[in-house]
Amino acid sequence: MMRLWVLLVLLVLAIPSLQAKEIHREKSLYRNIVVKEADGRRCLLFSVQRGDRHQTCMDLQDPKRLVFPYVRMSFGGLLLNPNPARVLVIGLGGGSIPTALSELFPAAMIDVVEIDEAVVRVARQYFNFTESAHLKVKVSDARVFIKRALLQDRTYDLIILDAFTGDYIPEHLMTQEFLQESHDLLSEDGVLVANTFSTSVLYDHESETYQSVFGDYLNFKLPISGNRVIIAGRQGLPSDFVIKSQASRLVESLRPYGIDPRTYPANMSREKDWDRTRRLLTDQYAPANLLRGED
Amino acid sequence: MAIELLGGRILAPYFGSSIYVWGSIITIFMLSLSIGYLSGGRLSINNPHLGRYGVFFLAAAITLLPTIIWSNNIMDWVFVRLEDPRYGSLVASTLLFFIPTAILGMIAPYSVRLLVAHAAHAGQIAGRLYFISTLGSALGTLATSFYLVLWFEVDAILMTMSAVLAAGGVSAMLAYWSHRT
Repeated sequence: MMRLWVLLVLLVLAIPSLQAKEIHREKSLYRNIVVKEADGRRCLLFSVQRGDRHQTCMDLQDPKRLVFPYVRMSFGGLLLNPNPARVLVIGLGGGSIPTALSELFPAAMIDVVEIDEAVVRVARQYFNFTESAHLKVKVSDARVFIKRALLQDRTYDLIILDAFTGDYIPEHLMTQEFLQESHDLLSEDGVLVANTFSTSVLYDHESETYQSVFGDYLNFKLPISGNRVIIAGRQGLPSDFVIKSQASRLVESLRPYGIDPRTYPANMSREKDWDRTRRLLTDQYAPANLLRGED
Repeated sequence: MAIELLGGRILAPYFGSSIYVWGSIITIFMLSLSIGYLSGGRLSINNPHLGRYGVFFLAAAITLLPTIIWSNNIMDWVFVRLEDPRYGSLVASTLLFFIPTAILGMIAPYSVRLLVAHAAHAGQIAGRLYFISTLGSALGTLATSFYLVLWFEVDAILMTMSAVLAAGGVSAMLAYWSHRT
């Protein structure tokens, strides 16, 4: 009888993990892509060998709500430029960032660059991602796309750099030269938002490299998230007062996405809290993947 | 092999690090090596000597210099003209790497010719040469990808390689001419 109870308890405990249902799996040119469903969420995962990494998740009951803090943090850039007309998003994932932006700014032209065609297909099929005349995806390497866009004299009011969440870091997207190209692609009051790393010596190298291109920027960290989001402007930064008043103006429009911008300004630091003697990352010196392993 | 590895780094700012960029680099290295082997073997027929052997090293060192100094100009030129990054990276790696790699390819068959005294030993000597050159490639690849990129700039590594090749070439030429007089 006792044994039966133990079995029953084990069975009940096992149910949540049994519920993690795999919906789709494929090997793309760059990685393994898995779509799983659990606890009312559908998630896109990359790199399944070393522990599942959730790239992006969608709440099935409330698809608008952005599940991950770092995704919500990407909208911190709006505190500097509240009404972008041209937006560039690098890295598609499940498409939650570009989709939310296109709902918030129906008139804006949004370009998304994604290197992996399979990710685009998965986002369309499993994450309700739909393109339109105002929201376009280009399958390309981001570095190539930006160089090409510069040649065509295009500019963007908001660039969101979200290409660093896998296990491998594209090193040519972390260099001073790349950041300079991104900087030059910004319009006069353009803003760059980058989801980056908060641990290892790479934090120092990367922070110093951003500083060298943009000057002072906002270092945005939330206690609930291990991510650090860099928010940099082409023409420096507005005052804390401007940022705060902008935040209170955005409260209503960002609410459906689970974002409360009022909590953001206090967590955006202008302090240089990194080792400022670290070498800059350049096209000549970019061992980002090796540096990430060092403490 | 170390140059091939750094080739990926050189091309990435213009053509990305997609799979076809590596495809272009590997294709061009294989193609230029094969042509180098063929012409090196052909050159070894007529009066082979250490002096000319040294010239190969020196020529490889010199033709590596434009790759180091003008790589950005060359890639700019290609980038503006070719929209498709597949063919862009293929053309750029041809312009950057074809000539120095082909010359490096000439060294292997020429070495066989210089070292083989009797036909009976040809196989053994060719085997040793392959052993040394492939082992060297393996160690060069390992050192470059694990450590050198962590310590030095890409151009500094390439410059050092060019200097080592030039030094080897000059000493072979000196040995030849001092021996002759």
